[in-house]
Amino acid sequence: MIGDYTYTEFTSILAMQGFSGLTLFSVFVLMALGLAIIFGQMGVINMAHGEFMILGAYMTYLCSHFFSEYLPSLFSIYFFFAMILAFAASFLLGMLVEWGLIRFLYRRPLDTLLATWGVSLILQQVYRSVFGAREVGVTLPDWLMGSIALTDIIEIPINGLFVMGLTFLITIGVYLAMFRSKWGKSMRAVVQNRTMAGAVGINTKMVDRLTFGLGCGIAGIAGSAFTMIGSTGPTAGQLYIVDTFLIVVFGGAGSLIGTIASAFTISQAQSTIEFFLSGSMAKVLTLLTVVGILMLRPQGLFTLKIRR
Amino acid sequence: MSPALFLFRKREWIYFAILAFILAVVFPTVFDNFRLNLIGKYLTYAFVALGLVLCWGYGGILSLGQGIFFGLGGYCMAMFLKLESSTPEATAIQSTPGIPDFMDWNQLTSLPFWWEPFHSFTFTLFAIIAVPVALAFIISVAMFKRRVGGVYFAIITQAIAAILTILIIGQQGYTGGVNGITDLRTLLGWDIRSDNARYVFYFTCVALLLGSLILAQLVRVSKFGRLLIAMRDKEDRVRFSGYDVANFKIFIFCLAAAFSAIGGAMFTLQVGFMSPSFVGIVPSIEMVIFCAVGGRLSIFGAIYGALLVNAAKSTLSESFPELWLFAMGGLFIAVVMVFPEGVAGLFRQHIEPLVIRGLSIFRIGKVRKPRPAAE
Repeated sequence: MIGDYTYTEFTSILAMQGFSGLTLFSVFVLMALGLAIIFGQMGVINMAHGEFMILGAYMTYLCSHFFSEYLPSLFSIYFFFAMILAFAASFLLGMLVEWGLIRFLYRRPLDTLLATWGVSLILQQVYRSVFGAREVGVTLPDWLMGSIALTDIIEIPINGLFVMGLTFLITIGVYLAMFRSKWGKSMRAVVQNRTMAGAVGINTKMVDRLTFGLGCGIAGIAGSAFTMIGSTGPTAGQLYIVDTFLIVVFGGAGSLIGTIASAFTISQAQSTIEFFLSGSMAKVLTLLTVVGILMLRPQGLFTLKIRR
Repeated sequence: MSPALFLFRKREWIYFAILAFILAVVFPTVFDNFRLNLIGKYLTYAFVALGLVLCWGYGGILSLGQGIFFGLGGYCMAMFLKLESSTPEATAIQSTPGIPDFMDWNQLTSLPFWWEPFHSFTFTLFAIIAVPVALAFIISVAMFKRRVGGVYFAIITQAIAAILTILIIGQQGYTGGVNGITDLRTLLGWDIRSDNARYVFYFTCVALLLGSLILAQLVRVSKFGRLLIAMRDKEDRVRFSGYDVANFKIFIFCLAAAFSAIGGAMFTLQVGFMSPSFVGIVPSIEMVIFCAVGGRLSIFGAIYGALLVNAAKSTLSESFPELWLFAMGGLFIAVVMVFPEGVAGLFRQHIEPLVIRGLSIFRIGKVRKPRPAAE
């Protein structure tokens, strides 16, 4: 007996909390991946990252409506089209923002912070004018609903599993793109030594634009996945921006593994404490611990061993 | 040059006089009591903007958490006022008379121990400055001693602002939750909602602001001010010259926090409540825009910036609420891309030369070239 619970009940609760932590982890990873590229690699503070994510979510919302209206036969697989659309929309908007704004500010990181905050405010108002202030949700196809019962008490929701699988695939994809592709090689070269990269014939401006766009595109996919487990409103992006930045900084900017590890730590800590204390206290404790650790170890959990 | 003149240059004395004249004479005569109270509220943000000019404009430390200190100062004042209005007689209908109403609603039966000292006005005045500065000191020592700055500092301060908001909202029984501490009535037995009190608070606010302005100028023209600029531009060189850079940064961050806290306390007095909506991420980053619009290098600009942006916010969000976010977003982009030195920069470039040329007509043969700005 532990407290008021029997032993099996307690382990089941721990397992369920662990699973909900894993779902949170997936969302965190998806959001942080894009930011890890933009902030970790390019050093740009994109405060509008949450809004790019919400753009993806709204695209999914539009897609689900479109399919249920005009192509009900394909409704069960609309989500895959939605993800592509979400990626494309955020990718293009990201490129546009880079071209119009960010490229003038690479040497002034604090100013990118303010400028992208402006972008985020404008996007929020655009969403509010177009989609309304109320939160919207999507209808899930049948095969994503329901849950798998492992034991009498433990139930695993299918949409959570799907999001997790998706996260896994996208993480692999980002890893391959960064470390196994020509673009990834150019990007890492530009980050390490811009002048030299330019001298060997890499179009650094194009690489910058693609990198920023790709980071935003991944945020769009994150938003798309987000619709499966929660509803979307114009200001939903702002709620996550601080967590996401903390995850990237905590993991050690520039380290992909670090980002994933810190997303795992933070999400598991939060959902475990949530069971013992209230949700808000869980968040306060987790964030405080992260801030505390960052004060003691400002370089984050994982650092690249390169000379700057 | 005499020492008194040395503090401001001659032209700056004129600007100071103009500002003091506008705040202390023009506004009170032109506006009615309600509008004046509103301006007093805007001026409390000017304290924050002034702190940011020193900390961000001169020191290069962008803090996205000035709302923390504004809020803490405001909450300290609000706690005192709340305790004063929660006498056992006034709260006789509660199940536990003598404690603030929101505590009673949250089933608290006694006053938490850390509320007790706020029965004393002297302690409250002390705490308004001490609590925020202590927190600022802890944050800045931890960060600057490890040579963390720039973007990381901004993110960490932002995270702390977020944490504090969640904490205040979550601990409803101790802090009043999302509504904040409301229904404040008297200060030392004196009705703070009367017209008379509002006038007094407005002038107190102006006096404190002008005092802070002089203090800020003192910092700016001192050797320390020059070191700040040097640190902002080439931190390593200052360090190699034998200065402990971290201590200077800690000092300027704490000073900015103290200014914000005074602003917060004056805010509570003039508006009559304090809530977490003045603490979090969004208000904190808005405070940066007050400073940026005014001009991040101008202590006078900070005050005009806070007045301008807040006045625009009130008018726009009253009549065209959907336009306000666009305007605010555009403002953020514009101060970064188009006029990085804000209103003060525009004034210095376009209006000041005109004024000088206009004045020089009256003293032919004494045309002086405008001295290059100290920054």
